[in-house]
Amino acid sequence: MASGILVFVEQRNGAIRKASMEALSEARRQVGGKEPVVALIVGENVKALSAVANKCKPDKILVVDNAQFAQYSTEGYAAALSTAIKMLDPRYVFAANTSMSKDLLPRVAARLDAACVTDAAELKVVGDKIQAVHPMYSGKTRGTFELKSQVSFVTLRPNVFALTECENGHHAEIVDLPVSVDKIRAKVTETHTATEQKIELSEASIIVSGGRGIKGPENWGVLQNLCSVLGAALGASRAVVDSGWIDHQHQVGQTGKVVSPQLYIACGISGAIQHLAGMSSSKVIVAINKDPEAPIFKHATYGIVGDVFEVVPKLTEELKKQNA
Amino acid sequence: MKIAVCIKAVPDTETKITVAADKKGIDTTGVRFVTSPFDEFAIEEALQLKQKHGGDTFVFSMGGAECTDVLRDALARGIDNAVHLQDAAFANLDPLSTAKVLAAGIKDGGFDVILLGQQGVGGDNSQVPAMLAELLDLPQVTVITKLEIADGKFKAQREIEGAHETVEGTLPVVLSAQKGLNEPRYPGIKGVMAARRKEIAVKNAEALGISGKVGADHASMNLAEMATPPERPQGRLIEGDTDTQVKTLVQLLKTEAQVI
Repeated sequence: MASGILVFVEQRNGAIRKASMEALSEARRQVGGKEPVVALIVGENVKALSAVANKCKPDKILVVDNAQFAQYSTEGYAAALSTAIKMLDPRYVFAANTSMSKDLLPRVAARLDAACVTDAAELKVVGDKIQAVHPMYSGKTRGTFELKSQVSFVTLRPNVFALTECENGHHAEIVDLPVSVDKIRAKVTETHTATEQKIELSEASIIVSGGRGIKGPENWGVLQNLCSVLGAALGASRAVVDSGWIDHQHQVGQTGKVVSPQLYIACGISGAIQHLAGMSSSKVIVAINKDPEAPIFKHATYGIVGDVFEVVPKLTEELKKQNA
Repeated sequence: MKIAVCIKAVPDTETKITVAADKKGIDTTGVRFVTSPFDEFAIEEALQLKQKHGGDTFVFSMGGAECTDVLRDALARGIDNAVHLQDAAFANLDPLSTAKVLAAGIKDGGFDVILLGQQGVGGDNSQVPAMLAELLDLPQVTVITKLEIADGKFKAQREIEGAHETVEGTLPVVLSAQKGLNEPRYPGIKGVMAARRKEIAVKNAEALGISGKVGADHASMNLAEMATPPERPQGRLIEGDTDTQVKTLVQLLKTEAQVI
């Protein structure tokens, strides 16, 4: 009988994503020790990463370690995940909601004729089953889904599920999983890293975001200074992305990224429905805007009516002073 | 080159969304349906591929009467053929069932390139492209921002966290379009007039050979309830001159909110 949760623990370039550790932590909480939690790590030379996964106390760690998996490929990783599922027969497969998981899990779900909920922001237990809550219409509504297939797939929204790590040496059994891949028809031949954004928006715990109020692309520096002091990622409204002031990777909102940081600082953003949809689930929202009538103030935890170019540099200085 | 584009009719993104009385979906009264914004990039890419390589373009949309306008809009932009996948059994399908219907419509078409938007705005699942690729047993590249096709091969750039990957392979392929792939054109008057005279083919479950295979009884998941998220508590405006405002804010973030 199907039992337990398999967690796809994502690594890129030998680093495990924090959001994957959150998914592993949540899997532990869900089973409460009654069913096994198994971590799956796929890559090349990734065995050492089991030490990291051990912090979230999985019962077992499956490792697929082979040159074929050095780069992510949908078909290669789908073969690995399918093989692990066949071997374990889990009730659920969890992963962090990332670009890799959103490419991979639906594909494997279709292979197994199984349910898949992406970007779950909450899990509920009804009887002995998990229901996944998925924000829809960019967070304007939330759908609660019953999962009816033998195995069901859920990707968990980063920054929402608590990370529970322990430091005292847990050593899960590590099992090498042989996987044969018959075809990889779409291959990654190159990776170009965007150097300007070091912290990924969807995983950042603090985001500083700019809109029309920053007046032009030459002024991003003002917000970037604040980002550096806070260790924050830089976001943007659709208006400034559409004006070509910054790359779409930075866009927060309905046609950009949906984010849930601890702190979201909106600078010179009026707060169109489009934008609010992408950030209204942030824990704390700070709005800085010249216009006291801007809709963003209705959603802000703390509001400052004032000029971005006066407030933001002073805020940066004040934080620097306190950090010193 | 034969190109298929799958599009979805979704509520206009500026629409105020309210949950329906039965809590099984949204209230669609008075809601204007538009092409899901990401699908516009898929349509545009299909048109550009045709301009470059010649061939035939098809647009598919699954759903009720709301699909007619978006299919006509795609024709007006220059897509050659439109297929409406319509059946009472296709109402409120989950992503996998949606992919099954689309796969049934597409599988025997001999398509070289199958394009979709990377996410249907509203459902916000980002699942159908990968599921469709699996059901059709084709390679996939999702969330693409660049595409080159030559000599039966594709080279696409895919957006990942903080980076782009170049992904290469041989046609046929399923691709999902991200913002940035191109600048979608608007339909011109001539296109709109021509689209009015074009026929939209309609296919139901039987014509697609999937009678009794999709629908509420066959779904792998079920929407138990839709709800509106709780309202954020009333915030506060910080008064005073800029120095006072900034000092107060830092204090509040540290001691009250405890987020820095």
